[in-house]
Amino acid sequence: MAAAMPLALLVLLLLGRRGWCLAEPPRDSLREELVITPLPSGDVAATFQFRTRWDSELQREGDTDHYFLRYAVLPREVVCTENLTPWKKLLPCSSKAGLSVLLKADRLFHTSYHSQAVHIRPVCRNARCTSISWELRQTLSVVFDAFITGQGKKDWSLFRMFSRTLTEPCPLASESRVYVDITNYNQDNETLEVNPPPTTTYQDVILGTRKIYAIYDLLDTAMINNSRNLNIQLKWKRPPENEAPPVPFLHAQRYVSGYGLQKGELSTLLYNTHPYRAFPVLLLDTVPWYLRLYVHTLTITSKGKENKPSYIHYQPAQDRLQPHLLEMLIQLPANSVTKVSIQFERALLKWTEYTPDPNHGFYVSPSVLSALVPSVVAAKPVDWEESPLFNSLFPVSDGSNYFVRLYTEPLLVNLPTPDFSMPYNVICLTCTVVAVCYGSFYNLLTRTFHIEEPRTGGLAKRLANLIRRARGVPPL
Amino acid sequence: RPRLSPPVRRPDARTPGLGLRPAVLSYVAGIAWFLALVFPPLTQRTYMSENAMGSTMVEEQFAGGDRARAFARDFAAHRKKSGALPVAWLERTMRSVGLEVYTQSFSRKLPFPDETHERYMVSGTNVYGILRAPRAASTESLVLTVPCGSDSTNSQAVGLLLALAAHFRGQIYWAKDIIFLVTEHDLLGTEAWLEAYHDVNVTGMQSSPLQGRAGAIQAALALELSSDVVTSLDVAVEGLNGQLPNLDLLNLFQTFCQKGGLLCTLQGKLQPQDWTSLDGPLQGLQTLLLMVLRQASGRPHGSHGLFLRYRVEALTLRGINSFRQYKYDLVAVGKALEGMFRKLNHLLERLHQSFFLYLLPALSRFVSIGLYMPAAGFLLLVLGLKISSLHEAEVGVEEPGGAPGPSVPLPPSQGVGLASLVAPLLISQAMGLALYVLPVLGQHVATQHFPVAEAEAVVLTLLAIYAAGLALPHNTHRPLSCRVVSTQAPDRGWMALKLVALIYLALQLGCIVLTNFSLGFLLATTMVPAAALAKPHGPRTLYAALLVLTSPAATLLGSLLLWRELQEAPLSLAEGWQLFLAALAQGVLEHHTYGALLFPLLSLGLYPCWLLFWNVLFWK
Repeated sequence: MAAAMPLALLVLLLLGRRGWCLAEPPRDSLREELVITPLPSGDVAATFQFRTRWDSELQREGDTDHYFLRYAVLPREVVCTENLTPWKKLLPCSSKAGLSVLLKADRLFHTSYHSQAVHIRPVCRNARCTSISWELRQTLSVVFDAFITGQGKKDWSLFRMFSRTLTEPCPLASESRVYVDITNYNQDNETLEVNPPPTTTYQDVILGTRKIYAIYDLLDTAMINNSRNLNIQLKWKRPPENEAPPVPFLHAQRYVSGYGLQKGELSTLLYNTHPYRAFPVLLLDTVPWYLRLYVHTLTITSKGKENKPSYIHYQPAQDRLQPHLLEMLIQLPANSVTKVSIQFERALLKWTEYTPDPNHGFYVSPSVLSALVPSVVAAKPVDWEESPLFNSLFPVSDGSNYFVRLYTEPLLVNLPTPDFSMPYNVICLTCTVVAVCYGSFYNLLTRTFHIEEPRTGGLAKRLANLIRRARGVPPL
Repeated sequence: RPRLSPPVRRPDARTPGLGLRPAVLSYVAGIAWFLALVFPPLTQRTYMSENAMGSTMVEEQFAGGDRARAFARDFAAHRKKSGALPVAWLERTMRSVGLEVYTQSFSRKLPFPDETHERYMVSGTNVYGILRAPRAASTESLVLTVPCGSDSTNSQAVGLLLALAAHFRGQIYWAKDIIFLVTEHDLLGTEAWLEAYHDVNVTGMQSSPLQGRAGAIQAALALELSSDVVTSLDVAVEGLNGQLPNLDLLNLFQTFCQKGGLLCTLQGKLQPQDWTSLDGPLQGLQTLLLMVLRQASGRPHGSHGLFLRYRVEALTLRGINSFRQYKYDLVAVGKALEGMFRKLNHLLERLHQSFFLYLLPALSRFVSIGLYMPAAGFLLLVLGLKISSLHEAEVGVEEPGGAPGPSVPLPPSQGVGLASLVAPLLISQAMGLALYVLPVLGQHVATQHFPVAEAEAVVLTLLAIYAAGLALPHNTHRPLSCRVVSTQAPDRGWMALKLVALIYLALQLGCIVLTNFSLGFLLATTMVPAAALAKPHGPRTLYAALLVLTSPAATLLGSLLLWRELQEAPLSLAEGWQLFLAALAQGVLEHHTYGALLFPLLSLGLYPCWLLFWNVLFWK
């Protein structure tokens, strides 16, 4: 990238001001898509993705220096419409047309899962990366709960989910599609029926399993014109049984063990349910400084035996400055549960450092697991620009495994908390008053008073005194 | 030269009258203060301190009475068929109402067979379902638990739990996960689940690790129901080792009792309406005494008691079906539970605003710690007065200056007086240790040599060692103490021993009163007078009788009789004795299974201390 900078300067010089003015103003290109995945439990997951790209004069300055990389996490964020409204305003069509008409707050927040994200990154425009575009990608995933919103029924339609239907594509969009997962859960016959019947389907390997998607293209004029609106309906031909959902190969759980307000233990359980393949996992933990970790108590066990991580990076915390950072590469044996545990002591905070609701507890951010999980079905390498957006959520490095990043649940830890009630305030106030009174009294009692001799004055006074002495009058 | 002023005469501390009068006054004041606790200036109305639960209104919509009854019938049928907890049926049903279901198996070999519950090698399975809150990331949770014993009670509670789960699952307002827990072998299952949830092993329980968790538990409610209709709901607050839940949780229960028009009782007693006349306070005194006895026992009175160790505020609600006319169905109970859960769901912080230490003379009245503590303080003051008067007496013997005392020059044997105390102290502590260790350890030896069962062996060994303690010490101190002390000051030996014993007792009672007021107060009331009076002169038989009557074991027997008397089911002495034997076995068992501290406290702390006074009494 260091070479690209002078080259860009050269181009700038050659073209001059006129060259830039003559160039076609970069047109925002929007791709939007909605992926609907009916789950065997009867719940429906819907994932919106909006990607905007624009060319910009803002250049990337060299390679990313890893020294300046920062990782920050806010363990708690209560989602509400305040998160959604500004997010929607970033969309080119706002919520006027296209897929974004479905984004109605009162439906989206009546779901059992809600995840909303904004990603922004520079993208190379050509192979040598001489110029870049910026990409803004907004994603929103919700899971509609069959028990809550569906009143127990498992059939779905766009209207029932969002209380809206699709009418027209966003005029700015270069691509606007709805994908519906119609993979046969049972091998023998179709379990799911989609209405209207899809014109095209798309097959791919997602998270290591083969998936079939029905595609509805909003830019395809026939799609809307037939009925003036598009209301996709899902019908279960054979209602799925109430069975435990299939377990993913990698999942994790985190909890605080122990009781009392002095000590505790952070435990992370890493499950590898793959029947015969072991794979490594990169575990990243940031723990606030007020949980003082005892690093010597770090134990990693799988299948009853000690598991030695092949790489450990530990950065101890500094009080009030930085949290603990613990990063480990752990090999998870096939079909095993690995327990990573580390003991901690709860620190006493200064009384001004407590949050306004200290008895709620303090949040500890989730651990982050990054792994290449072996897949069941080999995937073929894909062209990222051609494939749907959701594909790039699960990038495949080679055919045999796929990349997964998991976040465990955040934890709530109680710290020893003083009783911040009225007696406490009274004690604080009395102590202050007593301290002030005592201080001034002590000052008065221990101070020794003595009269200071007036300093012999300036030249004029000395002269005057000289004269007075000569006259026989007492000096000034 | 004539004296200008009369010589200062120090009051002789050894004259009984002067030392005794303030002590008697203080003791009487302590008892009177305790009795006065039930009168309105000292007992106050309860009030909700937690803002998050106070002002907000909730509307209960639970209407699944039929569903609950159907679930209960199915559960009872499946249970009868399988003879144990129908785990598969529970899993299936919980999954069908939309919960995330997990099971946990556990096993525990009790130290000796439990005869009241008829169990020894216990193994069972807990089933729990988690309702994931749509509004939060599983950081906090509430628990509704139903303990199932070996008999087929509590199936209505399971039915109501399932119906409530189905109703709760359809709502979107949950901000905390709700865990619906059905435990087998009642409290043993609860203990196993709690230990596994917090990943600790306190009692040597063997259990499989939990697969699903839901963050920090904020509050828990335990439910016990054995009939389709109830006449009243009884609430139990006393937990393991006398721990109590935050008073706000009880206030919450009371709020919904009033709102739903339910008849709610505390200790099985209705609350008196009229506090101005004498009747109300007298009735309150009964409830208060029942609470003191229950709290002093240190047993978990319901499965909520085990939650308190983990700082989870918890209550047990018991449906009572008596012969009253007006009955409530499961919908009324369900609505109360729904309301409580919805308000707990509003909590922003853990329950911490209200009192953790209180006494309850009625459901809507409480006595705060600041007001009941003086009662124990006065009792402990008796010991303090005795200690200071004894100390003065000792000093008076040693330094005969000032008062016209015996001016015999003392031989330089200051240290020998203390050395003579070592033997009785060691022996009594060893007796305590034997009392703690031997019954469980030696049960197999006992069963081999005597025709008794293990549980009987434990109880009888316990009693035998206890009685042997009475015979041992006063025979053993003689060779040591007589030789040294008796020559110069015959009183010094026992006075030193009594001084040590009094300090020991005062320290122990002081600590107990701070952690479990009821136990401390009960022990202080019984042990203090005998301890203050014990001396090797005067009517020894009377003192001995008094001392035996106030020994820890006799206190236990007396408490049991008083307990049944207050419950209006008085016992004959023989029945009382049977109950006493059962209580001894239960006490030892609860120490081993739940970690109750009463047994080690009595055997390692108070019994040796009491033996010291026995020793003083028979000092020669």
